[in-house]
Amino acid sequence: MVELEGLSVTYGAGPTLVRAVIDVSLRISAGDALGLVGESGSGKSTVLRAIAGLIPHAAGSVVIDGRELPNHRPRESRKIMQMVFQDPYGSLHPNQTVDQALSAPIAIHRLGNAEKRIMAFLDEVGLGREHRYRYPHQLSGGQRQRVAIARALILEPKILLLDEPTSALDVSVQAEILNLLTRLRRDHGLTMLMVSHDLAVIAHICDHIGVMHSGRLLEMTTAAALAEGRVSNPHSQQLLRANQGFDASGGIVDVAA
Amino acid sequence: MSDDPLLTVRNLRVVYPGDDGDFRAVRNLSFSLGRERLGIVGESGAGKSTTGRAIMGLIPYPGRVDADEMRLGKIDLTRLDEKGFRRLRGKRIAMVLQDPKYSLDPVMTVGKQIAETHRYHFGSRKKAARAAAMEMLEAVHIRDPARVYNQYPHQVSGGMGQRIMIAMMLIANPDILIADEPTSALDVSVQQQVLAIMDEMVKSRGMGLILISHNLHLVSSFCDRVLVMYAGQIVEVCDVGRLHEALHPYTRGLLAALPELGNRRAELPQLQRDPAWLLDLPAAVGAVAWSN
Repeated sequence: MVELEGLSVTYGAGPTLVRAVIDVSLRISAGDALGLVGESGSGKSTVLRAIAGLIPHAAGSVVIDGRELPNHRPRESRKIMQMVFQDPYGSLHPNQTVDQALSAPIAIHRLGNAEKRIMAFLDEVGLGREHRYRYPHQLSGGQRQRVAIARALILEPKILLLDEPTSALDVSVQAEILNLLTRLRRDHGLTMLMVSHDLAVIAHICDHIGVMHSGRLLEMTTAAALAEGRVSNPHSQQLLRANQGFDASGGIVDVAA
Repeated sequence: MSDDPLLTVRNLRVVYPGDDGDFRAVRNLSFSLGRERLGIVGESGAGKSTTGRAIMGLIPYPGRVDADEMRLGKIDLTRLDEKGFRRLRGKRIAMVLQDPKYSLDPVMTVGKQIAETHRYHFGSRKKAARAAAMEMLEAVHIRDPARVYNQYPHQVSGGMGQRIMIAMMLIANPDILIADEPTSALDVSVQQQVLAIMDEMVKSRGMGLILISHNLHLVSSFCDRVLVMYAGQIVEVCDVGRLHEALHPYTRGLLAALPELGNRRAELPQLQRDPAWLLDLPAAVGAVAWSN
């Protein structure tokens, strides 16, 4: 469903050129969930944005559903693929009601039947009629993220790109959103690509997990292998240790400016 | 070193007046802190940060703070005015906040900021303050402190910024350090380092540490004892080793709702909030928390 071949993304030019993503190739079959983990700046979100077409890629190809997508995306490609961002407070327009947020994609893609669609998808993400005419600030963090998910789903995409969808949420709300994502994936046969720095969250949703570091995809592993600590790359091992809470045995490393 | 608690809090209440009655952000909170690492966990709005701020005397008007007893060593915090608190902050109790980007002064070199703290609390000369600041930078494991001294906050990374913050907070040798989500804005790989430094400093100086966090994993791996807060109250006090024997349904619910590596469940148990948790707890629970 998603195929990346030698994807590279660069910013700037000449001496200030930054290579944010270097030669990343991966493949996600339909209905699968793939996770990307890594520290900040490792390029994991950039991969997601390049797939979504939010930033152009410098080299390599993005093939979705058998078709290679150019840097300038046709409107139909948006319908196949939708994205959910980390902070729903930032990704929802503060002066637009839930109804407006959900109506826009329907209008842009001329889908029609807005009324029924909106109600159906609000219900799908566990929101009620009473939330439809509220503004984002009148909703809790979890409800806002549900709206963002409903907005992504309303075009009935085949692929959902998730950029740290639960890291701004409380533990109990995180559990609700993760359960919602699991159910949606099952019911709609969604293909998911999720980015997070929390290995436990990634391993809960995804079967296959890629570890990124300084723009490169270092290693592909599975949730099961990760749980048993079967990772070979030192960066993956370090990430694994860091996710297991504080460990005093690690010692302290001096930093330089 | 005595066994007297560094900080004693009995029935702390923080109230914000609102349109429909008072909002009780913290309700009858009692605990004492020794030379230990105490964690306060809970979800947003549970009153964790408000508790930390109340101890520092940082609850702004119209919020009201009131307690049966709030003592720092021999000082009665309930009777302190703003001037008294100002003498205390930094000197006896210090606080590290979430994001060094916002807590450091952007237009002053980091070294000067650390030295300023020293001069303010000890009335030291420029040269002595500078030497002390250098020493602190070295203590938080910054190589080449002379260079970092002259850098501005935007020139240092997040992890380094938090080390600088810790250096600044500890330069006056406080008894208590309150760390409010000190690593939430940092990368997982850097978090470890900042915690390790905080741990080392607190141990070597015999301080008390209050770590406020929403991250159960983090708190249970770092602290000696944990207070679990819900809706402004302590619902449970646990030794971290026994967190998994927690009794309160809220604590158990939180633990169960965490996704776990190596234990993949088809569905995560969702926290069912019992309205009864919102009721005022009998004073006895608070007393247990206090006597611990």
